[in-house]
Amino acid sequence: MAGYDKRFSGRKFDEMREIEAKVGVIKRADGSALFRMGDTIAIAAVYGPRELHPRFLQNPETGILRCNYDMTSFSVPERKRPGPNRRGVEISLVTEKALLPVLELKQFPNAVVDVFVEIVQANAGTRCAGISAAALALAHAGIPMKDLVSAVSVGKVSGKVLIDLDKEEEDVDDATDIPIAMTGRKQEITLLQLDGNLAKKDLMEAIKLAKQGCEKINKIQQKALKDAYKSVKNE
Amino acid sequence: MNNDYIISLIQQDKRVDERKFDEMREIEIETNISKNAEGSARCKMGDTEVMVGIKMDIGEPYPDNPDEGTIIVTAELLPLASPVFELGPPGPQATELARIVDRGIRESKCLDFKKLCIKKGEKVWMVFIDIYPLNDDGNLIDASVLATLAALKNAKIPKVENDAVVFGEFTNKKLELNKLPITFTFGKIGNKILLDLNSKEESVIDSRLSISVNEGNIHAMQKGGDKVITMEEVEQMVDMAIKKEKELRSLIK
Repeated sequence: MAGYDKRFSGRKFDEMREIEAKVGVIKRADGSALFRMGDTIAIAAVYGPRELHPRFLQNPETGILRCNYDMTSFSVPERKRPGPNRRGVEISLVTEKALLPVLELKQFPNAVVDVFVEIVQANAGTRCAGISAAALALAHAGIPMKDLVSAVSVGKVSGKVLIDLDKEEEDVDDATDIPIAMTGRKQEITLLQLDGNLAKKDLMEAIKLAKQGCEKINKIQQKALKDAYKSVKNE
Repeated sequence: MNNDYIISLIQQDKRVDERKFDEMREIEIETNISKNAEGSARCKMGDTEVMVGIKMDIGEPYPDNPDEGTIIVTAELLPLASPVFELGPPGPQATELARIVDRGIRESKCLDFKKLCIKKGEKVWMVFIDIYPLNDDGNLIDASVLATLAALKNAKIPKVENDAVVFGEFTNKKLELNKLPITFTFGKIGNKILLDLNSKEESVIDSRLSISVNEGNIHAMQKGGDKVITMEEVEQMVDMAIKKEKELRSLIK
């Protein structure tokens, strides 16, 4: 495909999809959040700190974080069989690693903080939406955190470096997809994956775009948290 | 809240959330909550919330019913929805939930399986009904049934080319539902019968009965719980279900 001058969606190359963030969407959870980027919807729930079973996994030095990423069967065009698969196991792992750097779990020895991410509707960027939702849910649960984490995918499609690929762009033959998560204040990278084919110059440009995107997401996350406390005040 | 307190309240004809014994919590149903599903719905019943998605595919019929399509119901009790749900393959509770929903649909024949036949003996529609509770505050059964009916009623049949489904593309044809069988789940605590139990009430339950009704006919029942119920109590519950079915049916649009 020669020259991707205009995005399928009509967005600018540095423009993300519409974002919606909300906390407190699951009552029984200790913390919860919904994070939507365009047609991708992720919900996250946090339970804990709570006792960790099986006991041999307990760490007397610190609490541990356990993440699970899952897609509903109907979130994708071709039904996904319910339950775990290899992709989900890997995304669960990188989600955990993306969040761990900001968490302070030392004061919860032998305990676990469980994070469950569920994709309700998928249109690319689900792991990033999941991480942004999970970070919000952790903050909402009151888990001690040094910072928030925000995530977005950047990449290159037919010669153009761009942010927040949708499914149509992800499916282009030469597309390179780079999911990135960052801390809020210092913008240090906590998730970095890449699929495709890219020169160093483009990679650096893409990371720069991700920084801009994560900064915006961070503000939206902060607003969602503040809004939740606003409603408490008015009750 | 202490279990003895919940029971003592019920003995005084009171409930923890001040409802009457035959009063359901507020119900809210939203349809088309997920774009890639053929049909989808979310049912809120008080603080209980259940999501259901419908997906369809073409498959071979069972040899004993060569001209009938089929439904496949699964329930995933996500650990996201309750501190007591755990990861792993569906356990007895999830399996029972899926099977109660399945039987309400199947036995009432609200979905005409013959109309799901594409080519006798070779190709039929398989309708996948996947139930995902988002928040468990009791009575997942009734909320799941309502979400399922709403999702089925709004499901669009996918586009087919060369006998295969074109994933992500839908026709304007809807799945036809010729009835809407509603399920009511009652709990017995001591000698009292309660409708639509929340999770606190469920934790002190003696026995449970789910009844699927359509215009006075009973299509499926399931008794749960560790203790007995009497014939008179069954009658009382059936009467209550038949009295309430219309009201709930009107919520499914």
